[in-house]
Amino acid sequence: MAETAGHGGGHSPLAQFEIHHIVPIKIGGYDVSFTNSSLMMVIAVALATAFLLLGMRRGALVPGRWQSAAEVTYEFVADLFRETVGQEGRRFFPFVFTLFLFILFGNMLGLLPYSFTFTSHIIVTFALAAVVFVGVTIVGFAKHGLHFFSFFVPPGAPILMWPLLIPIEVISYLSRPISLSVRLFANLLAGHTLLKVIAGFVAVLGVAGVLPLAVVIALTGLEMLIAFLQAYVFAILTCLYLNDALHLH
Amino acid sequence: MEFESAKVIGAGLAVIGVVGSGVGIGNIFSSFISAVGRNPAARGEVFTMTMLGFALVEAIALYALVIALLILFG
Repeated sequence: MAETAGHGGGHSPLAQFEIHHIVPIKIGGYDVSFTNSSLMMVIAVALATAFLLLGMRRGALVPGRWQSAAEVTYEFVADLFRETVGQEGRRFFPFVFTLFLFILFGNMLGLLPYSFTFTSHIIVTFALAAVVFVGVTIVGFAKHGLHFFSFFVPPGAPILMWPLLIPIEVISYLSRPISLSVRLFANLLAGHTLLKVIAGFVAVLGVAGVLPLAVVIALTGLEMLIAFLQAYVFAILTCLYLNDALHLH
Repeated sequence: MEFESAKVIGAGLAVIGVVGSGVGIGNIFSSFISAVGRNPAARGEVFTMTMLGFALVEAIALYALVIALLILFG
């Protein structure tokens, strides 16, 4: 299917995920080039920073449109954080807010034509999920010490069930970074690949190509929703894991 | 059996797992509609949890898809 859809220009729908080196850099045998992925990350950070800083520049009591948008974004993540984590974890709010905006802008920027979705690579989402997992575990140990291991015993379980329940709990805890990263990566990969495959049909069908075009328009809307939803789910799961580490059930 | 055909059949079998996600998403939104039908005032709060549940269930479908792609192209 990829061949027939791309026979016109020889572009496979998976070609959008290729890494291109913009500035090749080699340090001691390691390839640390500035790639198109790095460029999109820089653009995402620059846009998020500009959105917030320039929006709040006026600082009026009655906000204008831009300031209102920046405040709504802050309130959205702050409410989410306050509900799930509460007051003890307040110092982790900048981390969750940064994570949310980084993933949101990354997902959305990938929808522009000829751009690149850096969250569609498992190594990027795994790095984010690993930081969350290791950070949350360290927070748990720092706060509770060895008592943190009592987290793996479900409350109210009889002692005879412990040899069965504790390995299950440990395995499900260790699977958190995997599920967190694969959820984001697979959603973005599948969505953008589907978009490109159907878009490939538009040129091939000629006049009847308006039908796949309508589908592509609907799919792009769906992809915008999914971009926002996946960023939201990543942020709320980070908050829930933080709550688990801070409050052990 | 050729290796290529076995890969394709394996990928097709792996994708059957998304049926669980279909049942799950239907379940979640059916509960959401019932809840809003019984108590329209709770719509905002319940909608947030519905979206969280939807994303978590859809992730399962995507795990099946990832395995299928790994079988097909890995």
